[in-house]
Amino acid sequence: MPSDNNAAVLRFDQVSLAFEETPVLDRVSFSIRRGETRVLLGSAGSGKTVLLKTALGLLRPNSGTVEVFGQDITRLRESELYDIRARVGILFQEGGLFDSLTIEENVSYPLLNQKLLRVPREQVLSRVEQALEFVELEHTLDKFPSELSGGMRRRVGIARALVTDPPLLLYDSPTAGLDPITACTIISLIIKGRDVRKATTVMATHRYQDGTWLDEFRYNPKSGRLEPAGGDGSPGDSKTKFMVMQSGRLMFEGSRVELEDCRDPYIAKFVKR
Amino acid sequence: MFELLKSPVESVQEFIYLSGRAVRNVFRRPHYGDDVVLQMEVIGFGSLPIVVLTGFFSGAVMGLQLSKALAQYGAVGKIGELVAITLVRELGPVLTSLMVAGRNSSGIASELGSMKVTEQIDAMRALGTDPIQKLVKPRLIATCVVLPLLTIIADFLGLVGGFVIAYTMLNLTPSHYWNSAWQAIDFSDLFQGLIKPFSFAFVVALVGCHYGLRTTGGTQGVGLSTTRAMVVASVWIFVLDFFITRLFVRA
Repeated sequence: MPSDNNAAVLRFDQVSLAFEETPVLDRVSFSIRRGETRVLLGSAGSGKTVLLKTALGLLRPNSGTVEVFGQDITRLRESELYDIRARVGILFQEGGLFDSLTIEENVSYPLLNQKLLRVPREQVLSRVEQALEFVELEHTLDKFPSELSGGMRRRVGIARALVTDPPLLLYDSPTAGLDPITACTIISLIIKGRDVRKATTVMATHRYQDGTWLDEFRYNPKSGRLEPAGGDGSPGDSKTKFMVMQSGRLMFEGSRVELEDCRDPYIAKFVKR
Repeated sequence: MFELLKSPVESVQEFIYLSGRAVRNVFRRPHYGDDVVLQMEVIGFGSLPIVVLTGFFSGAVMGLQLSKALAQYGAVGKIGELVAITLVRELGPVLTSLMVAGRNSSGIASELGSMKVTEQIDAMRALGTDPIQKLVKPRLIATCVVLPLLTIIADFLGLVGGFVIAYTMLNLTPSHYWNSAWQAIDFSDLFQGLIKPFSFAFVVALVGCHYGLRTTGGTQGVGLSTTRAMVVASVWIFVLDFFITRLFVRA
């Protein structure tokens, strides 16, 4: 595994994927470096979810290469993909929790099943509790997902993604269908998860505001609160980049300033507040 | 024309691929023993009441029907023999498998289908488990173990059903009925009677899993998969039954 800081954690090169005849990814190319935050904007059906699933090898592209931690996953067999997936945390759009398992079993699932991790059984519970404490849901261990509210389920999903301490985190529309206050909680958890663990973070969303928060705020471990970036002397130059997708094509990649200067009507619709 | 054939051909291709992987994985690690036991309970123990009832009443009905036909030849005494042979060779395996297909092929399809449409299958893969190992294999193993056992139970209760008719309506002695039934069955009948449910178990489990895992399109899709799984599994049981019987019956 390449360990220098400039190595691409996730790289797409001319990736195309079609369902039946409809293209859902059309020659998508980009690369994300370690420690970067990437906000993936796009309307419903623009291919955000497909892109994230392709990054995990859940979907195989028809052409092009996908590199995760420097390894081309399009050539790997399903059984070999599990070693890659062990190092990636993902939150699915609807949480993707197993509804027949309790919250504890859900969060411990990756710890017990990722072959690469081999977490000793006696450590599992404490790590699950720690992850649930992180999302402030430590009292729900024995509950089932159906007993929780939508926002709580999403938080459990975040705990499950973070419990393995992955260097790469993927969030698929974490705020979709949530009220503004809950959405704010979710985003601050994502920021906290990113800054505490220094994880590379990719978030797909249709709300521009979610992305700007990721750009503007940092988690301060000393005060335990979110603070505006640059306030405590941390580097003001943002590691956050934006990408915009439209019907399977990546039509913009760049910083926030570039995005707000962009004259394209589709992009302008997102950026407008 | 080709467009019309494309989707069934793809479906068959996917089914063969799934079956191949499931069977190949049976002896491969990781094994999820807990899931196998759980599925045995769901499929085996859960199907017990319907299997007991269908077994008993099909035997009893056969006793009734045969009593009339045999009386014409003055051969009512043969009833134990006939009930035993038809049950062990044919009705026991087929009826049991059909009941279990109706109950569990559709059950498996709806369970896996719901998991598919709520991204739980994707989550499973993302979190380090192969759905074929974790979901398909335990269901296949459980069905293969349980279905022959259920068939034995159905066979036995069918014989009891036939006996009730023979004893109460035809005035046969118990020893007469059971002796003729016992002597009628030879080893090849038993073999045929057990290889059938074992083969049908593959149909019941794999058709259910296949339709479950290829579910698309929300709750409506789950309903569609459930129905299809049950219909396709039942039809294939009859088709497979013909070919297995053909192996045993040489004209």
